[in-house]
Amino acid sequence: MSTRQFGERVQRNEDDRLIRGQGRFVDDIPLEGALHGAFVRSPHPHARIVSIDTSAAAAYPGVHKVYTHEDLGPLDVLMPLLIPHPCITHGRTQYPLAHGEVFYGGQAVAFVVADDRYTAEDAAALVDVRYEPLPVEIDIERATEGGAPLVHSDVPNNVAAQFVQRSGDAEAAFAKADHITSIRVQVDRSTAAPMECLATAARWDEVSGELTVWAATQTPIGLRGALSSLFELDENYVRVIAPDVGGGFGPKILFPYSNEIMVPLAARELHRPVKWIEDRGENFVNMSQERTQIHYIDLAATSDGRVIGLRDRFIHDTGAFIPYGIAVAQVASTSIASSYRIPNIEVEFSCVYTPTVPVTPYRGCGRPHANFAIERAMDQLAQELGIDRFEIRRRNFIPPEEFPYAREGLIFADGLPVKMDSGEYDRCLTALEEALDVPAFRAEQEAARAQGRILGLGMAFYVEGTGLGPYEGGQVRVHPITGKIFVNTGLTTQGQGHKTTWAQIVADQMGVDSSEVIVVEGDTGVFDWGCATFASRSAVVAGNAIHKTAIKARQMVLQVAANMLEAGPDDLDLADGRVFVRGSGDRGATLAEVATMSNPLRYAFNKAAASATQFAAAASSDGPPLPDGKRPGIEAQEYFSPPHATWAYGAHGAIIEIDPVTCNIDVRKYICVHDCGKMINPLIIEGQVAGGVAQGFGGAFYEHLDYGTDGVLKNASFMEFLMPYATEVPDMTIIHQETPSPINPLGVKGIGEAGTIPVPSTIASAVDDALASMGAPPVRSVPLSPAAIFAAMQASTVPA
Amino acid sequence: MSTDTSSMRAVAGDYEVDDLVAVTMTVNGTAVEAKIPARMLLSDFLRHELRLTGTHVGCEHGVCGACTVHLGGRPTRSCLTLAVQADGCEIRTVEGLADFDGTLHPVQQSFRECHALQCGFCTPGFMMSVAGLLEEGIGNDLSDSELREHLAGNLCRCTGYQNIVAATRKAIDLRDGKEG
Repeated sequence: MSTRQFGERVQRNEDDRLIRGQGRFVDDIPLEGALHGAFVRSPHPHARIVSIDTSAAAAYPGVHKVYTHEDLGPLDVLMPLLIPHPCITHGRTQYPLAHGEVFYGGQAVAFVVADDRYTAEDAAALVDVRYEPLPVEIDIERATEGGAPLVHSDVPNNVAAQFVQRSGDAEAAFAKADHITSIRVQVDRSTAAPMECLATAARWDEVSGELTVWAATQTPIGLRGALSSLFELDENYVRVIAPDVGGGFGPKILFPYSNEIMVPLAARELHRPVKWIEDRGENFVNMSQERTQIHYIDLAATSDGRVIGLRDRFIHDTGAFIPYGIAVAQVASTSIASSYRIPNIEVEFSCVYTPTVPVTPYRGCGRPHANFAIERAMDQLAQELGIDRFEIRRRNFIPPEEFPYAREGLIFADGLPVKMDSGEYDRCLTALEEALDVPAFRAEQEAARAQGRILGLGMAFYVEGTGLGPYEGGQVRVHPITGKIFVNTGLTTQGQGHKTTWAQIVADQMGVDSSEVIVVEGDTGVFDWGCATFASRSAVVAGNAIHKTAIKARQMVLQVAANMLEAGPDDLDLADGRVFVRGSGDRGATLAEVATMSNPLRYAFNKAAASATQFAAAASSDGPPLPDGKRPGIEAQEYFSPPHATWAYGAHGAIIEIDPVTCNIDVRKYICVHDCGKMINPLIIEGQVAGGVAQGFGGAFYEHLDYGTDGVLKNASFMEFLMPYATEVPDMTIIHQETPSPINPLGVKGIGEAGTIPVPSTIASAVDDALASMGAPPVRSVPLSPAAIFAAMQASTVPA
Repeated sequence: MSTDTSSMRAVAGDYEVDDLVAVTMTVNGTAVEAKIPARMLLSDFLRHELRLTGTHVGCEHGVCGACTVHLGGRPTRSCLTLAVQADGCEIRTVEGLADFDGTLHPVQQSFRECHALQCGFCTPGFMMSVAGLLEEGIGNDLSDSELREHLAGNLCRCTGYQNIVAATRKAIDLRDGKEG
């Protein structure tokens, strides 16, 4: 008998290919006769282009074409601003190839297409571009001051957008507060650095007129829309496929990148497949980045630590352009009150242009920044009022009975109100507190201090609005020849294990093992309704769409089988790939037989098909073979559109030791308690959490894109931009808590980004705790290098 | 297997066929002869000439380890190795890990069982590094931090590494005939 697979630690369907070296990433796809592209990129953060001489490059043997913006014809247009918002008063996007001016180091200026990659790079080096450098201001606060160099000469003070949101009456709350805590915090610029960089390949089929694009993207459907628009093609003549994609983490949601326009264009003009594979050096200056924000946050509290008001004013660095709108800043602004009741909120932000790589979401998307601001402020408030850090959070949590909890007036990044659906925050925090064994730690900390050792305990709470709309779809089909079940959806995976989780959902309805369910996604030629993978939304939105579809497909099986088996649908059950009359022994049919019988045939193209032909025993002679209103086959489609985001949450805790000599931080214990609603596959969920935490460690300790005051990125390689290896991530304990979401049939919430969000806050909290007895200034920015710890210890008022 | 890449020039502007270098090597047990430009990377030769695309290229400067193959039995960065340097050598790639009958190598089995991969891009390089450790005789007497030191030549952006540590321990057990 098939057992329920939802909730089980099922091993992944996708692994067999990947461990045998049979993955199919864009650069692995064999394209006979493909040409290869290479970009010429600006070395300057801001410059006027005086001249471009492509003659030497064009004459280089093996080169087929060198493109500048002058060669683009109708494609020489500004790329779309994907998420327009009324507050974007000065929205700027770039051209596929620079058009007289470059606005960041790395901006694409020319594109060379040649026989192979080596030749393309040789020729790219021969493109002679003369620049006239322009002044830059890299500091986002100074950039908004009068007189600062402008990124775009027609954008005053470099401000792209300004937005204020209010819930309740913050002014009144601050007027009556017993205590006000005010701090400034900063999070730095980073990059997602997926192991596979960006990649695009395209083939223009001269016979069918179809453009096929393989792209390392999180949104094949979105990219198809952009390409259809730009190339003025009907959507059914553009097929975008995201094959295996080697990590996404956000930046692969942006589209179209220059390469996603140039590669298809070259394929069409040169009548050959064309491929462009980004190298790591390029990835640092081409793929979008994220993170820099400076928050000025104030909390208004009563003397017993209840926060009655919150004011946050922050500056968001959007890079040189704003193609993804205000999404990152808007998510930060609506996540700022976190798990706390705080009835009165006023949050205001400015999105500021800097001459740097454009900013779009990276795992967390504004949440790590907001979390750092609110959690640092809560710790500060606790310290100022002499209240324990755990206790002050408890006093402010939204209690379970107050859900759904709406923050009237705040609009989330999906355009819908902020309405938190469920949670048991206190239970979650208590689980963390117990796992950390705080009293035992305090005793150890005291004993260690006597030996000159510095220990600290840190904690942070987080929430994450996940599962944003608009919608996703599912398609389930039983193959009549093999009986196999195919599942399709429109979004795509970059490692999250969709081929397994979707299979688990469908397997439960169809009575098969999840390993027998075949999932195909990320191919607009297969299924093309839906949106994309972002905002920890796949399990919530696509998962529920597929669940609804599977229920419908099951009903179809039962209907057809009821006729075949002369039984009532309610007397039937599905298991082991068969539908059968309950308690009848072997009275049943395979799914293949059911699928065959559901499709009236004329031709017996195989033995099984004979049973569905017109003179077979089961054929009906008293009406049309396919009754009016019925469809052939076992094939269902359904859609799910969430009413609003569903809010996951959790608490992280760390016990650290700071080496007083090297200032290195050793994380001795790291605990994650998380709640993502009902869990489809705990094995995969733990992988998502652990991977997220590792990226959080990167953000807390190492990852910092070092743009000099001259605007030049100084660490554009893995040699200098440090990411955690196995030695930099501690073993962590993951504790599950399940509070179902009441707003979707599966009761699930997203998990993809959760692990990343509270790590910097947790580590900062631990460092503060460790250095508190020395009177060191509290941590107000990340990443926390040993140099930063050293500086904090130097500034201490009490000697170590 | 034989391949000729005479369309690719060895150095800028100099594309005489004389610049091609003849190499012979054994890749996953199969003899390979080729004429290749001196500047061609081993990673490109494996991926694009021999179509062994299981070996991935993650950084092209020897830091991430995604391109790790065994050259003469030792884990080697194929993105930092010229194909001509491998002349006369034995090479093993991820495609050569499993037995000819498809039976998985212990490291493949353990990576799958321990969910030590997500997107799968770094996985071939990681598994080749771990396979090298298994062949060097690494044992489960190592502490976690010692084991992590051994794994610190490969970057993974998805897993957070703890399942890779677990998979490595499991692979050692499988090598030693100790089931799970």
